[in-house]
Amino acid sequence: MQKLRENNTLSGWLLVSPLVTVFLVFLVLPIVVICIVSFWRATEFSIIPDFSWENYEFLFGSNVTYRVFFNTFKYALITWAFTLAIGFTVAYFLAFHVRTLTWQVALFLLCTIPFWTSNIIRMISWIPFLGRNGIANSTLLSWGVIDEPVEWLLFSDFAVILAFIHLYTLFMVVPIFNTMMRIDKSLIEAARDAGANGAQILWNVIVPLTKPGIMIGTIFVVTLVMGDFVTVRLMSGSQSANVGRLISNDIALLQYPSASATAVVLLCTVLIVIGIMLRFVDIRKEL
Amino acid sequence: MIDKLKNVSRRSVLKGATATAAVAASNTLGAPMIWAQNIRDITLRQFGTGVSNLNEVAEQVRADLGFNLEMTALDTDAVTNRVATQPNSFDIADIEYFICKKVWEAGNLQAMDASRIAQYDNIAGTFRNGLLTPTSTIAQGTAPHTVGFTSDQFGTDFVQEESGWMTLIPTIYNADTLGIRPDLINRPISNWSELLNPEFAGKASILDISSIGIMDMAMVVESMGEYTYPDKGNMTREEIDMTIGIFTEAKNNGQFRAFWRSFDESVNLMASGEVVIQSMWSPAITAVRSQGIPCVYQPLEEGYRSWGGGLGMSAALSGLELDAAYEYINWYLSGWVGGFLMRQGYYSAVPSTSREFMSENEWGYWYEGLPATDVITSPFGDPLAAAGDVRDGGSFEERMGAVACWNSVMDENQYMVRKWNEFIAA
Repeated sequence: MQKLRENNTLSGWLLVSPLVTVFLVFLVLPIVVICIVSFWRATEFSIIPDFSWENYEFLFGSNVTYRVFFNTFKYALITWAFTLAIGFTVAYFLAFHVRTLTWQVALFLLCTIPFWTSNIIRMISWIPFLGRNGIANSTLLSWGVIDEPVEWLLFSDFAVILAFIHLYTLFMVVPIFNTMMRIDKSLIEAARDAGANGAQILWNVIVPLTKPGIMIGTIFVVTLVMGDFVTVRLMSGSQSANVGRLISNDIALLQYPSASATAVVLLCTVLIVIGIMLRFVDIRKEL
Repeated sequence: MIDKLKNVSRRSVLKGATATAAVAASNTLGAPMIWAQNIRDITLRQFGTGVSNLNEVAEQVRADLGFNLEMTALDTDAVTNRVATQPNSFDIADIEYFICKKVWEAGNLQAMDASRIAQYDNIAGTFRNGLLTPTSTIAQGTAPHTVGFTSDQFGTDFVQEESGWMTLIPTIYNADTLGIRPDLINRPISNWSELLNPEFAGKASILDISSIGIMDMAMVVESMGEYTYPDKGNMTREEIDMTIGIFTEAKNNGQFRAFWRSFDESVNLMASGEVVIQSMWSPAITAVRSQGIPCVYQPLEEGYRSWGGGLGMSAALSGLELDAAYEYINWYLSGWVGGFLMRQGYYSAVPSTSREFMSENEWGYWYEGLPATDVITSPFGDPLAAAGDVRDGGSFEERMGAVACWNSVMDENQYMVRKWNEFIAA
């Protein structure tokens, strides 16, 4: 018994086992199942266990796939650029311009208020706002800025990206704000003493030190946008497709194997994207 | 025969046991009744599309029959999904006939004994031999009677005569056409081809449910004079390519404002003025009108695209629950639901019983196509038509007699679905 207790390897394994079990059951196992099913075949109403490359062949053989993946990347990239710009600015303001901790916390909580309602509600509330006879168009008309209602405000890529930015900017603000708060203020003072101006401090001190936060935010935003399907469907009025919609269409039509194959390809794509991003910043080292 | 004897004895027991009005009412219809003590423990789980899964129905079942009905509303594809893959998740499936064609073979539903359906003889001919009137022609597509009968209780085939084993008990059906906003169009619309008229660029919509959307597309293509299908309900690959090709071109030219997938989306598109012409379902028109916005279910020269829904029983049902299911179905056909749905613009499978639950004015307006003699209100109390108004398309015979095709499932369904995905992604 004594010996067992002294056995560090064993206690190490035991300590880690609850987490390992949770991951095995709820993460690894489902992914393995999805991989297996992606090689099955399906008819109208039944799924046949098999080992066939048919689903992948169809996926890679269809130019719809490429177009849809291109669309997905386009959404992810544009959303990322905007959420980063807005998120960084908001976090910077909170961390460096607001002086007291109380106000920082208060304003930070203010940012999270929209998140007290559901995703879908926040998304749908854009529809009456942007519509042909919506508030945006009628306001612009009454100001005389436009003569005819602007059509591309709703049911367009613009609407999709707008909704994405609205939904996901907070995921950028939180990690960036977090890393910014941990920057030693004396570093900024030192830079100032050494003669750096505001822009130089921002670029040479603050940005490098907030990289891990930016990277975590990026991972959140990119994975959320790439995995989404409902925002794209609602805001584009079903007129555009991303990979998520391809999968949901397949599921709706009982094509589970084909949906699984698409999911596997999407998973690999996202993993590669994250892998590339992690090459630039070692999150663990800099945390 | 044995079944019938059982029913008689059960009924006589019941007569002595209860005297509630509801039971007496159903009893006069000759429906077999279940002993009231056991009934309150029974919960039937029903799911289907939003059109007939209404809480009002569940409440009325509770009041009239004494057992519970749990309702789940899903979209058309999700319903198909459920029947095919989760046979134990439901007792009653409220599905469309074309879905039945898709999923019947899976064996998750059991056929119904026509001799236990009290109103069987009064069910509209469309669902029995396909003929609305003895002189009708049968439209293209999956006409309900072609998938309405099977060989025995657990048969997985379809038979073309009235075999006594029904796959689905027809409940509601309708003739669909395009909905328009007359106040925003300001001219008569009389052809399906108007959906792709450049005049309505950016103001048209079609539904994003492939099996139904493709039929609307076919109606449009035929109306444009591009092509005449030998059978719209069963296209070849070339026909599918051509049809979807025409619509993809229109989509890329900005013809469509949006596509809709659920009933409420179509209502919002129309009511907000985003769309002025689109494929639509009858109660959606009703919903737009009840907001005080003019909306017409425009009858078109080429005819209607029709659909029919019915209740199917899970293969897992047996014993008391099976009896309760028959009870429920007989109640469904006995008029209350029919009246409720007909006042929203649908037709019930047994119009004669629905009539008892409608006023003379309502019956005249909705069924006979007569001018309303007084205000017509929806079952929820919203005014839909004023005195003197006539229903779009006229009477039951005029509308159901002008059906050009039925919602259907094609042999090339999988190919069509893939092409449809391309259309959405284009």
